[in-house]
Amino acid sequence: MSGERSLPVTSFVFSRWPRLTWPRVRLPPSMVSWFQVGPLALVLVALVAVPAFLFLVVSFFDYDRTGIFTAFLLDNYHDLLTTPATWRVYVSSLRLSLIVWAITLFLGFNIAWFLIFHVRSAMVRTVLFLLCAVPFWTSGIIRTIAWIPFLGRNGAFNEMLMALGITHEPLEFLLFSDFAVIITYVHLFTLLMVGPIANSMAKIDPSLIEAAVDAGASRWRVMTDVVIPLSKTGIALGSILVFTQVMGDYFVVRQMSGGQSASIVSMLSTQIQAMEYPPAAANAMVLVVFVAVMVAGMMRIVDVRKELVK
Amino acid sequence: MMIGGPSVRPISSSRPWTFYALGGLFAAYLLFLYGPMLVIYILSFQGENGGVTFPMVGTSTVWFQEIIKPGQMANIPISFGRSISLAAVVSCITVVFAVSAGLGFRRNFPGSGFVFYMAVASLVMPGLLVGFGIGLGFRFLGLPTSLFTSALGAQLTWTLPFGLFAMFAVVNRFNRSWEEAAADLGASSWQRLRYVTLPILLPGILGVAMGAFTLSYDEYARTTLTVGPLNTLPLEIYALISSATSPTLFAIGTLTTVASFTIITITLIAVFRMQRRRTLAGLKVG
Repeated sequence: MSGERSLPVTSFVFSRWPRLTWPRVRLPPSMVSWFQVGPLALVLVALVAVPAFLFLVVSFFDYDRTGIFTAFLLDNYHDLLTTPATWRVYVSSLRLSLIVWAITLFLGFNIAWFLIFHVRSAMVRTVLFLLCAVPFWTSGIIRTIAWIPFLGRNGAFNEMLMALGITHEPLEFLLFSDFAVIITYVHLFTLLMVGPIANSMAKIDPSLIEAAVDAGASRWRVMTDVVIPLSKTGIALGSILVFTQVMGDYFVVRQMSGGQSASIVSMLSTQIQAMEYPPAAANAMVLVVFVAVMVAGMMRIVDVRKELVK
Repeated sequence: MMIGGPSVRPISSSRPWTFYALGGLFAAYLLFLYGPMLVIYILSFQGENGGVTFPMVGTSTVWFQEIIKPGQMANIPISFGRSISLAAVVSCITVVFAVSAGLGFRRNFPGSGFVFYMAVASLVMPGLLVGFGIGLGFRFLGLPTSLFTSALGAQLTWTLPFGLFAMFAVVNRFNRSWEEAAADLGASSWQRLRYVTLPILLPGILGVAMGAFTLSYDEYARTTLTVGPLNTLPLEIYALISSATSPTLFAIGTLTTVASFTIITITLIAVFRMQRRRTLAGLKVG
């Protein structure tokens, strides 16, 4: 805080070079912060808060084939919430996101543990971490469809199983099924879990763990009583990211489930393409509130903000 | 002795069984990560008469030529150029705004909670909905959606919170006594920023720039409803999937991976050089 501690609001600072002698205005610290944070805050308000408010407004509007009309109707919400398809898609998305969350949490925690506590050289750690990150540079769409020749009937995986004599005929459930959807999600999103957890773990002072071990803690106790409490911010952040990515998915379910199931957002995009903006807006509103409640719940358990912003 | 930072244990100590278990898991994960990618790389060299699945019908580089050949795929190079330039702009704006905001967040100011939760909201809002909202906004204002207005804005709602969160991690590791020392030596706030803070934070800032570039380059959901008439590469790829399936898609994937490996290697070398120069400079000063 050194720069902002001076008392006078306006002070003259003389430097050694005369041409740099400007009367300088010292702003109060919170003003300085506002100038620094302002641009980001403005963009977010203009491009997230205002549009969200817009579809709140539009969700009450009336519409027909020719356009949308200003109105205040609750019909859009009524129709949405009384359609069994809505509930089905929410239940299936929630189920998928729970499964994917559990798998990515298990993988992410253990991979982060390996990278932070077992890999001894910083160089090797960086290289291994980058190895995990490189596929991220390839388009998610291409990474999704990459599973099709891998899991398909004549795919690499089936060929391999048969060559090894594990199965005698191709497994059918591998592609265009919930299995394929989950595999793809895990493939796409595990890194979102690894990153924040590894970041939290890297901040743990190794001597804490040494102390626990010296005091007789078992490996399990070290994990449950030292590492997990100290990396809970990362776990929470990763969980939030994975959960919201799955809930907001548009592409994977459509491509990998073989048309058997839909995601909330793909349902919504169908409405948008049909220019049915008010029901789409109502749908969007419900999804946003649902995601917000879930995320708020997670942030209630772990005060992410206190840990992140010191 | 199973765990502990690298600094605590002697190098010679034997590894616990958990090392092998987790190492095995990590290897399996890498295999899982690269397995389908390998399939893509192989299939991108599919013979002229081959399809998008095995078996390989000979080998060829036809599908790579297809990418740049005028005709059906003519839009790939153009949309690639668009994606790159959009990603560059997004990355620059993100670095400036996010670094500045990250520095601003170091002290508590009234409204910091609001900005923080706005960033969280922006990060967790499903991408298509952000695009939908921005598209609606442009519609109400009577503005046409286009690459460097609405699509740029839509992508910022994703890269800015990411950049801010990454900056929290970067700034947390920053020792403020460096700045205080500079101030005590008479540095102005500008000099402090230019010669002390930014150089120390530079590796982290580069990370934010690269991250934002990647997120923008690969962004689909936010962009699809805001891009206007000119497609970016992910949108073009998506259109290709729905229209025709050919190994060209895989060739694009292979090219992207080669390009990423090149960029990462160059960046890594640059960062290591920077660190070495610093160490050397430190030695000289010390």
